[in-house]
Amino acid sequence: MADTQEIIAKLFPQATFEEGDILTVEIPDAQWHDLAETLRDNAELSFDFLMTIVGMDWVEKMGCIYYLTSTKYNKRIAVKVATEDRVNPALTSIADLWHIAGIYEREVYDFFGIIFLNNPDMRRLFLSIDWKGYPLRKDYDASPETNPVPEDNERQSDFTQVYTRDGEGKIECKEERIFAENDFVVNIGPQHPATHGVLRFRTAVDGETIKKIDVYMGYIHRGIEKICENLTYPQTLHFMDRLDYFSAHPYHHCLCMTIEEAAGIEISRRAQVIRVMMDELSRIASHCLFIGTFCMDLGATTMLFYALRVREQILDIMDKTCGARMTFNYECIGGVMQDLAPDFVDDVKALLKIIPQNLKEYDKLFTGNVITKNRMEGVGVLGREDAISWGVTGPSGRASGWACDVRKTTPYSIYPELDFEEVIRHEGDSMARFKVRMGEIEQSARILEQLVDNIPEGEYCVKVPKVLKFPVGHWFRTVEGCRGTFGVYLESDGTVNPYRLKLATPSLPAAAVVDSLTRGDKIADLITIGGSLDYIVPDIDR
Amino acid sequence: MEVTTKSMPYEAWKDNEYIESLVKELQGNGANVVVGSFDKLINWGRSNSIWPLTFATSCCGIEFVSLGAARYDMARFGWEVARSSPRQADFIMVAGTIVHRMAPVLRRLYDQLAEPKYVIACGACAVSGGPFKKSYHVVMGVDKIIPVDVYLPGCPPRPEAMIYAIMQLSRKIKVEKFFGGVNRQEKQEEFLKNHPIPGVED
Amino acid sequence: MFDFSLFTNWIHSFLSSFMPEWLTITTECVLIGVALLLTYALLALFYIYFERKVCAAFQCRLGPNRVGPMGLLQSFADMFKMLIKELISLNHTDKFLFALAPYLVILASMLAFAVLPWGNGLQIIDFNIGIFFLIAVSSIGVLGILLAGWSSNNKFTLIGALRSGAQMVSYELSIGLSVLTMVVFAGSMSVGDIVNAQDNLWFIFSGHIPAIIAFIIYLIAGTAETNRGPFDLPEAESELTAGYHTEYSGIHFGFFYLAEYLNLFIVSGVATLLFFGGWMPLHFPGWDGFNAIMNYIPGVVWFIGKAIVISFIIIWFKWTFPRLRIDQMLALEWKYLLPINLFNLVLMVLIVVYGIHL
Repeated sequence: MADTQEIIAKLFPQATFEEGDILTVEIPDAQWHDLAETLRDNAELSFDFLMTIVGMDWVEKMGCIYYLTSTKYNKRIAVKVATEDRVNPALTSIADLWHIAGIYEREVYDFFGIIFLNNPDMRRLFLSIDWKGYPLRKDYDASPETNPVPEDNERQSDFTQVYTRDGEGKIECKEERIFAENDFVVNIGPQHPATHGVLRFRTAVDGETIKKIDVYMGYIHRGIEKICENLTYPQTLHFMDRLDYFSAHPYHHCLCMTIEEAAGIEISRRAQVIRVMMDELSRIASHCLFIGTFCMDLGATTMLFYALRVREQILDIMDKTCGARMTFNYECIGGVMQDLAPDFVDDVKALLKIIPQNLKEYDKLFTGNVITKNRMEGVGVLGREDAISWGVTGPSGRASGWACDVRKTTPYSIYPELDFEEVIRHEGDSMARFKVRMGEIEQSARILEQLVDNIPEGEYCVKVPKVLKFPVGHWFRTVEGCRGTFGVYLESDGTVNPYRLKLATPSLPAAAVVDSLTRGDKIADLITIGGSLDYIVPDIDR
Repeated sequence: MEVTTKSMPYEAWKDNEYIESLVKELQGNGANVVVGSFDKLINWGRSNSIWPLTFATSCCGIEFVSLGAARYDMARFGWEVARSSPRQADFIMVAGTIVHRMAPVLRRLYDQLAEPKYVIACGACAVSGGPFKKSYHVVMGVDKIIPVDVYLPGCPPRPEAMIYAIMQLSRKIKVEKFFGGVNRQEKQEEFLKNHPIPGVED
Repeated sequence: MFDFSLFTNWIHSFLSSFMPEWLTITTECVLIGVALLLTYALLALFYIYFERKVCAAFQCRLGPNRVGPMGLLQSFADMFKMLIKELISLNHTDKFLFALAPYLVILASMLAFAVLPWGNGLQIIDFNIGIFFLIAVSSIGVLGILLAGWSSNNKFTLIGALRSGAQMVSYELSIGLSVLTMVVFAGSMSVGDIVNAQDNLWFIFSGHIPAIIAFIIYLIAGTAETNRGPFDLPEAESELTAGYHTEYSGIHFGFFYLAEYLNLFIVSGVATLLFFGGWMPLHFPGWDGFNAIMNYIPGVVWFIGKAIVISFIIIWFKWTFPRLRIDQMLALEWKYLLPINLFNLVLMVLIVVYGIHL
């Protein structure tokens, strides 16, 4: 870490540093773009993966925290950029360096009103065009009168804005067309069976061929990050179930870990094992549902029912222990809510017995099929560099040859002790994404096999004060959710409520990458690609 | 009049008073024999063929998928013909949170449904806003936008609860009057009078 | 085999005994029309139920079992509901064409219905170009679909209709050629003659290799003709919501829905006619005892039974395979099926010329 700091300090004397488990650099906006370029391109640094951009409102100033990871050296760095202008806050865009930065910056603009200069597409992301105010600012007027429930159809603009700074330092706004003037634009979504929820693609097509896709999100934006700012720490937990409802356990795990680290709570070994087992069970369930819905998108409806059989069995195990089928709210600060059900071990063993048979069955019915191969092989090829630049993590990233499994790169909980492989393929197409998930089911089953007979005795939850308070500070933790890297950024100001809770979800990059993957492909390929990326819409919108 | 269903005793239903009051309101004056039997036939058809619109916004939608899967199998009741086009569906299962941006879309989907149409508010979010009560972007209950026939609490409701809700809807349809009397069209007109669409006159 | 023409002739002579000829013919036409419509509706409803049950069985489910015994009345309930469901009239559409389209589709399938050989003598019309007529009228359906897609003034329906147009026009060729192969073998275009020619042995056995190839191609092309999976691109649920009939509601949608299932029956019926002897029972030359026993089963049962078995295979396709992409579907037709078919036709001609058939 010292080297990174030295290199940056040498090149950018203005930078200030803050040591922690992740090195935080603070830099004035004027140098930010240069620093970003150096961080990405310098061979000794090569921070090529932009994990997230956390918009911040520190009241006296506004800004962003950029979390970067070096896939080569497996290091992380945080860069803080701020501006003191609250009326017209503006920062320099890095959308030209990372593909995904453009979308993240739009999100920050949407929530905080910070304009990013030179971003080619500076529109709101989640909220409608006529939304008043920026909800995550601390002085936002949340009364329902400001923004009543709209009764009229949403206003639609064919133009996007680009902000630049002219020679005298004044900010200029230019309007640009999203689609060419005579494009045949088909509106796919928000209510459409293939979008897996309420995502909306405005698709310019030429016959059956896709020319461009404009992704509209926010049809299920529920403002979880803002709600959390008014809740105590234990209360924030239950929203994790409702983001990516298939990764409820890993997401809970992540937030619990972050809070436990901030509060300095040690949890028992039994709780750790239970958490990991639940994570892996939900990974299997999630991938099963992926297989089902993906095949249904391709028209093979029957696979959905076969895949759901396994999922139902897992849900039964969860049901017995957690008391719910989907929104478990099981992991809590200090451990887990209640002890395992008495027949948990037997149930898991029964499940492990049927998984290999079922995988064989799926292979026989679907994967080997010639139509399936034609539909999936070579469709939506995402190269490794692009996957990193777009920040597509999880099974989709691993299908492009990028070893991005957080369980391996920055291990947490008891994962370092476990013996499992990271499933990596290099084709990068839809078939690879499908097969990686099939492989991960096997690996998860392997982890469960190692743990199921070795659940240690002990208490499942340590005693934690009802009202938690931590010192001032910020923490960033990641876990491997079922769809990729899920990160929680937590900033505390010493009160009982989080000052800022940012949830960096894996589905947002997956949805953002659709446009570049589908260009020149057929409409049917959009469905294949969208299905194989496996985004969950509430996870995108939060 | 008891509104009975196959394989479920009358006493097991939770809200018989409501259905009875509905019967009294709609059919209190009795009906002509011919018209009455036609109504019975039509209601038999309608109540046994409730096709959902494939509409899901979040978690409840996944439970709705589970409802269609082998274990709960809504096909037994004939509900499995989920239509993607609102013109051909009979009811919307508002499965999941409805946010400000989605509200006009949902309203439009409801308007696109062909009569007779029904709405089930499925899950806490659709009933009242649920866990997102304090959110700036969530509609606190879909009944602010569209008329709701059956409220189904739960977060998300289990598939069994969904079966119960759709069976309740089926019971409601059974007592409707097609020939004469108050029908859905009038109910909708009344609703539109109270919730006018801006820019549209009648 | 019981000859139904005895029965029909009796009706004819009975009616003409007290009616002038024109009235007799009109009455007969009305009677036939009513019978046809009834059969049509009942078969379609049965098929809907059948498919739902079959697909449920494939998917480890139960399928409809609440309405009526074993859910048999489920599709009747659906039909009652659909009959009285609102017909939505849209603004900015061509109202006439919009309303015409479903009738065209159902008309096409009903006309094709007319030449199917239901039993010995139980056929509405048996004229010398029966097969030609069948192919001609069944292609009216695509016109209805194109009109439906275009007049709805909706982008999804338009894409669906154009897909359907491309698909139907392409696969019509394969259907035509495989039918032609069998016509060459039978030496006649008359439906009655084709059935009678299979008195000794069904064509699928007597025509051996080319007949089997023709049957497989016919089955694939027939699946495509009926817009069923894996060729259900025009109404691909996950791509185009409901394809060309997205904007149709009530009974207009019901017509499309019925016609889809009826087309399934017609395609299997024609396959039965061409390859499995129509209403002809299973006969093997020389097995006189066996043939006599088979003759006890009435021809109508044979015909419908065979058609249902073939429909079952087509339904099986749908619930097993994923959907093709438009370019792959067209490539399948133009690059594979069509050349094989042409080759097969030549092969059949050779076999007929040299008489190397059973």
